[in-house]
Amino acid sequence: MAEKAYGLLINYEYCTGCMSCEMACAVEHDIPVGQYGIKMEEIGPWQIDKKHWQLDCVPIPTDMCDLCAERVGKGKKPTCVKHCQALCMDYGPVEELAAKLATTKTKSVLFVPKSGVAE
Amino acid sequence: MTQRIDIPHDSDSSKEVRPTFFNEPPVMYTGGDVPWQWEEDGMICTRSAAWSAPGCHDGCGVIVYTDKETGKFIKVEGDEENPYYQGRLCMRCLDVAEAIYHPDRLLYPMKRDPKDRGKADKWTRITWEEAYDMIDEKFTAIRDEFGGKSIIFASGTGRVTPPINARLGYALGSIQYSYFHSGNACYVPRVAAANTIMGCYTCPDFSMQFPDRYDNPEWVAPKNIFIWGNNPLIANADGNLGHWVVDCMQRGSKLVVVDPRLTWLASRAELWLQLRPGTDSMLALAMSKYIIENDLYDADFVDKWCYGFDEYYEAVKPYDLDQAAEVCWLEKEDIIKASEMMAEQPTAVQWGLALDMNLQCITASQAVHNLWCITGQVDRPGGMITVHDPYNTEVWLPPDPREVFTPQQEKERIGSTYEMITNSGMVQCQADSMIDQLVTGRPFKIHGAWIQSTNPLACCAQDPEPRVEKGLKNCDFVVGVDCFMTPTLMANCDVVLPLCFYPEREGLRSVWYYIQNTNKACEPMGESKDDFQINWELGRRWNKDLWPGETLEEYFSYLIQEAGITYDDSRKLNWIYPEFHYFKYAKGEQRPDGQLGFNTMTGRIELYSLLLAQWGQKPLPYYAEPPMSPYSQPELYKEYNLVLTTGARHYESFHSEHRQMNRLRSKYPDPRFEIHPDAAAERGIEEGDWCWIESPIGRCRERAHITPIVDPRVVQADHGWWFPEADPEDQGEGCFATYARNINVVLPSECGDTGFGNQSKCYLCKVYKCELDEIPLPAPEHPKERFAEGSFRNFTYEAEMEA
Repeated sequence: MAEKAYGLLINYEYCTGCMSCEMACAVEHDIPVGQYGIKMEEIGPWQIDKKHWQLDCVPIPTDMCDLCAERVGKGKKPTCVKHCQALCMDYGPVEELAAKLATTKTKSVLFVPKSGVAE
Repeated sequence: MTQRIDIPHDSDSSKEVRPTFFNEPPVMYTGGDVPWQWEEDGMICTRSAAWSAPGCHDGCGVIVYTDKETGKFIKVEGDEENPYYQGRLCMRCLDVAEAIYHPDRLLYPMKRDPKDRGKADKWTRITWEEAYDMIDEKFTAIRDEFGGKSIIFASGTGRVTPPINARLGYALGSIQYSYFHSGNACYVPRVAAANTIMGCYTCPDFSMQFPDRYDNPEWVAPKNIFIWGNNPLIANADGNLGHWVVDCMQRGSKLVVVDPRLTWLASRAELWLQLRPGTDSMLALAMSKYIIENDLYDADFVDKWCYGFDEYYEAVKPYDLDQAAEVCWLEKEDIIKASEMMAEQPTAVQWGLALDMNLQCITASQAVHNLWCITGQVDRPGGMITVHDPYNTEVWLPPDPREVFTPQQEKERIGSTYEMITNSGMVQCQADSMIDQLVTGRPFKIHGAWIQSTNPLACCAQDPEPRVEKGLKNCDFVVGVDCFMTPTLMANCDVVLPLCFYPEREGLRSVWYYIQNTNKACEPMGESKDDFQINWELGRRWNKDLWPGETLEEYFSYLIQEAGITYDDSRKLNWIYPEFHYFKYAKGEQRPDGQLGFNTMTGRIELYSLLLAQWGQKPLPYYAEPPMSPYSQPELYKEYNLVLTTGARHYESFHSEHRQMNRLRSKYPDPRFEIHPDAAAERGIEEGDWCWIESPIGRCRERAHITPIVDPRVVQADHGWWFPEADPEDQGEGCFATYARNINVVLPSECGDTGFGNQSKCYLCKVYKCELDEIPLPAPEHPKERFAEGSFRNFTYEAEMEA
């Protein structure tokens, strides 16, 4: 537990649902098949109006996510962030991520998993 | 990370491997400023390129982590320094440990008596020397008696194998380099069309030709990107990574997606054209007409660099917007908007497989290709860049048979009566002619087959009666090379050679833009070897001139000698990019003779194709209604009342690969077809129901996935399924039950009049629920048979672990 909260900022305008985060996490942490450290959820597709569709993919960290404490301790990115094919994930202290979120121009969500909450 | 290297310009052509097409500029940009190997936390880290096996066309930059003490593979991560993918990886590559340590992995060469083909317990382990001796003896005997022409050398989709597979055949004296897919309908038709029209191939400019990528000062993001007939995020069409499109979107590019399905990219597109399958050329021709008649084309470019514009305009004149809207199931306003966006500069087009899988694939490709020509996108930053093999390195395109065979021998290439197959720079046999010939033995019998890194029974065996399998059964001797026992090897092969995975081997990787080594990070498990090594070792028995070098590394040095470096140098340079120039046609850099213009007869882009005319084809693009459509078959359509399109891709697999990878398979366990909620409701179909998909020629079962992403009149069905957990022997549905749930059995094997194209993307079918007793049950386990005497499983990693 840290003094400051840490989290994952996800720009889900660009998350393509490729599941690289899920797999990178599963192999890094040897997570059993059917369980997840981060899981991509799809919302849609359905048609909103003639030209617009609802289709979003959002990866959600689970209680098995430790925000890659060991990797981060060595100065590396969490493996989900590193391997994200859409480059739509960011890791850091919540205050830094929140500052980015404050000026976001596209759909975004900030997750603070269990392992990231402040003491 | 980039290191610039100035290389002395060498006017001496003695180093040339092949006649030079492109003289590379005397500068290369490399990754020589970062190490290729280092140590970290008790692990050895090896920089490499993931250029199969397992997997795809891409060869992404990776770091392979191995144990310093034991040398064993630990994990792979993306290489953040590598310009191609900058540290990212797909889920299949991230799961490579599962492939390496998979229980079913083949570790030893084995043989089986040809009379026991299809039997799972008749295998005998042999040594590599025995295997090579046997292959050498059988193939040379066939060659000496019936000629080299009677042995085919087949590989699958382009990765390491095509050039070395062709070269191996050439060394034996066989010109029959081949691929089993009806109408050779993957990539090859588009490349052939592009070669024919403008003497080279073009790719959308996503900056991949620059080591500094999006920061390159000359590069600009395409204003618009057309995604035409592919889902590049998953398919990574033609060696271009789909997520580069997302990078460009984040830099302001707008999308137009031409696809019968709503893909993720379509959901984010400025414009999604949900066209009826098989009507691409109608759309392209109507767009051309609109662009020309509204003066949206690049008149200056057309005037200077294109040939036959007046004839071309006459050809597109009949295709008006109303007609196109009706034929393509689109709205007129959307076609207008697409035309306007196509005309903006710069616009890039990522085209794909749907154009190949059409009987009119050449004219459809021509129609789309001409759009980016008349709008002046060619070799413009953010447009369509012209590409070639860097330093003439033979790693992507196969060698030209004309370097080895006489014109008379060349006529023996199967399908050589198709002028376009023979003369458009493609070197494959025509697939349908080859399959016919395997089955009928006419005009001459095929006696031998070498099947390398391809699983045609699962992927390419069209027709309800699997003629590929039947045809291969007619051969006297068949060799298979693969990582796992596949339906193809089980049904047809007499000798099986085990392949290793990319962390376990050396090699060279290139798709147009740069060269990189695949560096061996760990020893291959068991006695498995890689494609390069196998073909070099065997090829040298037949023709040392074609397989030079006393060691495999010397052979690699031979391949890259035009870069003026050895394989060992190349390892230390990591990636090697020739200096890229835009507007080559305007600088005398697009033709071997140094003249301005393009490498065609007229020196221009031939909107009116003189070559097509010469080959007896229509020189100008046109639209023909697909032979199996609601309009061409109104009577059949009453019963077969859905348009069938097939082969959409999923992240969890690469064609028929990865079916045995638990982490991937568990996410996508069964083949599915997509059907609109209204169409499903009409038929009483619910999500997950097993259904029959039946065409006038055959039927197969897949599971329903109900989704609004397809038109109610269209269904899309998955391809390439087999079941590693099923009975290896044929119990009526093929080895490993490969025909049980395989959409190819409802499709015919027949090509268009050019020799290219098939009907995989546009056919007719009906869909109905399986009866209770027709629902496929989970395959029974066969624990008793697993290690029976003679079982192939005795030569797998599982057996090694048991021991």
